Amino acid sequence: MGMKITKNGRRCTVLLDGDIDHCSARSMREMIDRYVNEEKPEVLCLDFSKIKFMDSSGIGLIMGRYKLIKILGGRLVIAGVSEGISRIIKLSGLGTLGIVKEER
Amino acid sequence: MRILDPINEMKLEFVARSSNEAFARGAIASFVLQLDPTISELSDIKTAVSEAVTNSIVHGYGEVLGTIYLEAKIFETGKIIIRIRDKGVGIPDVSQAMEPLFTTGGEERSGLGFAVMQSFMDGVKVFSKPGRGTTVTLEKNVIRRFVKEKKQSAVVG
Ligand SMILES: Nc1ncnc2c1ncn2[C@@H]1O[C@H](COP(=O)(O)OP(=O)(O)OP(=O)(O)O)[C@@H](O)[C@H]1O
Ligand SMILES: [Mg+2]
Repeated sequence: MGMKITKNGRRCTVLLDGDIDHCSARSMREMIDRYVNEEKPEVLCLDFSKIKFMDSSGIGLIMGRYKLIKILGGRLVIAGVSEGISRIIKLSGLGTLGIVKEER
Repeated sequence: MRILDPINEMKLEFVARSSNEAFARGAIASFVLQLDPTISELSDIKTAVSEAVTNSIVHGYGEVLGTIYLEAKIFETGKIIIRIRDKGVGIPDVSQAMEPLFTTGGEERSGLGFAVMQSFMDGVKVFSKPGRGTTVTLEKNVIRRFVKEKKQSAVVG
């Protein structure tokens, strides 16, 4: 698992890496939340373009960050969603929140 | 060997540590590779197994370091049967547990595990007894590639 956070003004992009499961989601969550609580970005972008595997733990990860950033008055964007991940996102209904950027 | 017998079988036992979620996915993937599944079939199977194993770790055992049993059988026809079993707390109401978005797992769980298993596999059966544990049986039919090739060569030759 790796993770790279870049900042561009008040926009933070988190480039997630590796598999997202219950095991890896925990440390991803902790790192993202620490960063978001400090920086309070206007836009938090979670970039999934390097993720090869994700199960429902990834939905929990997205939902949790969505709630956090909303409380802080910011906005969540999901980018780099592959076909496999998009199927789980569709199942979850997260697509209807309007946070998923269509691409790839 | 009768036609209905599996062409191969495996049984695995491992402790309910979350680091074994990746191990279980990898193990099932390399086992079913013998049937030459497509990348998307393989990804469906890995995801469903990851869901069931995670449930055994998170809900079945919780703080207890129990044992998870993973079994798989593959058949000539392309059928795969996978069983994930724990001796954890069990599920009091299975049909309620299988409803999308139902969760007892708190904030970071979305209640989608069973929905994912059902949508990615051809069959999902859950057997559970409170205090005794849970068995999830997953079934998937992968399309046999030699069947496709045979059809093609019949057309060509
Ligand atoms: N092996 C198990 N042992 C005990 N309870 C289980 C087991 N598997 C599932 N459950 C129960 O069924 C519920 C639904 O499971 P499901 O996988 O659909 O969602 P979840 O695990 O709560 O969330 P998610 O999988 O989206 O992270 C769980 O919250 C839990 O109460
Ligand atoms: Mg689950």
